[in-house]
Amino acid sequence: MTLGDLGPYLVLILVGFLPNEIWRMLGLVLAHGLDEGSELLIWVRAVATAILAAVVAQLVLFSSGALATIPLPMRLLAVGVGFLAYFLARRSVFAGVVVGEAVLIIGAWLTAE
Amino acid sequence: MSGSPPKPDYPSNTAAFLGGYAAAWRSVFPYTLFGMYIGIGALAHDLGFSADWMVLSTLLVWAGPAQVILISTLGGGASHVDVAIAVSLSGVRLLPMVVALLPLLRTETTRTRHLALIAHLTAISMWVESLRLLPAIPRERRIAFCHGLGAGLMTPAVIASVLGFYLAAKLPVFLAGALLFLTPLSFALSIARNSQSLIDRAALVLGGTIGPVLAMAKVGLDLMWTGVVAGTIAYLIDRWRRAAR
Repeated sequence: MTLGDLGPYLVLILVGFLPNEIWRMLGLVLAHGLDEGSELLIWVRAVATAILAAVVAQLVLFSSGALATIPLPMRLLAVGVGFLAYFLARRSVFAGVVVGEAVLIIGAWLTAE
Repeated sequence: MSGSPPKPDYPSNTAAFLGGYAAAWRSVFPYTLFGMYIGIGALAHDLGFSADWMVLSTLLVWAGPAQVILISTLGGGASHVDVAIAVSLSGVRLLPMVVALLPLLRTETTRTRHLALIAHLTAISMWVESLRLLPAIPRERRIAFCHGLGAGLMTPAVIASVLGFYLAAKLPVFLAGALLFLTPLSFALSIARNSQSLIDRAALVLGGTIGPVLAMAKVGLDLMWTGVVAGTIAYLIDRWRRAAR
């Protein structure tokens, strides 16, 4: 019997939930006994921040699905203008998201014509 | 949104839970998660999954990028082993996030099982908001606060999973793209806002440049290597500067 014979819910558990959740549970075990403020924790937090930055950069640069239909220069422009709005609005994430999205939607609409 | 968070003093765990739930809605994430999960729900519909399956995937996987990978690769007919590997590689980031978060929640009486649900709720949105808000929360209320925060972030995601599923046929392609764009845009801005120290900024810049380079070079486990290399350099820069003081 192969995985294909099993229901979609079992597939969700086996190839979606477990491969993702294993990192959280491993983190739960490894965090045991780790002191707040320890050098190891400072390093782990830097590693986590670096990975998040990499995830974000890859989502913008190597987009998949419907986002891939919007040209890369347009995606980069939207991020750039979004950051500009964020700083101009005194570090407001809301302002950055709204303006960045507006640039992307207008750009996508114009290039789709 | 901006400025330093207030210093609440919760009389009970229920109050802390509700405080966390409300705090979630004062961040940008319920709104961006809502949009993002509309996009993912629509994707699930287009690739032939059921609405129940989509909701369950949000509750169990609780990681937008992993769900996009799961749904698009399964829907595209990839082998189950390939799907599991792709999902697992995207989930590597959760390990250092959980390890960095849990020590902020622990008290002398906290057992590992008390932190299991927190580990499950850990996602980029919840992690970013926890690190920002927890210093102002009394330590003995932090677990309840984070449960509330996680629930507050999951609520819009679940509602949007269903809504996106049924809206799918009505979404124009460029709008679906704009919804998926909410993820990197809101994460980039929130992480930038949280990065006020030298070590965070160094990790942000180095991770954002080394990550795409390693991905383009098709290096295996590129996220993990990016984290270790960029995180270690950022840590060393910070350490040298601390030593120089």
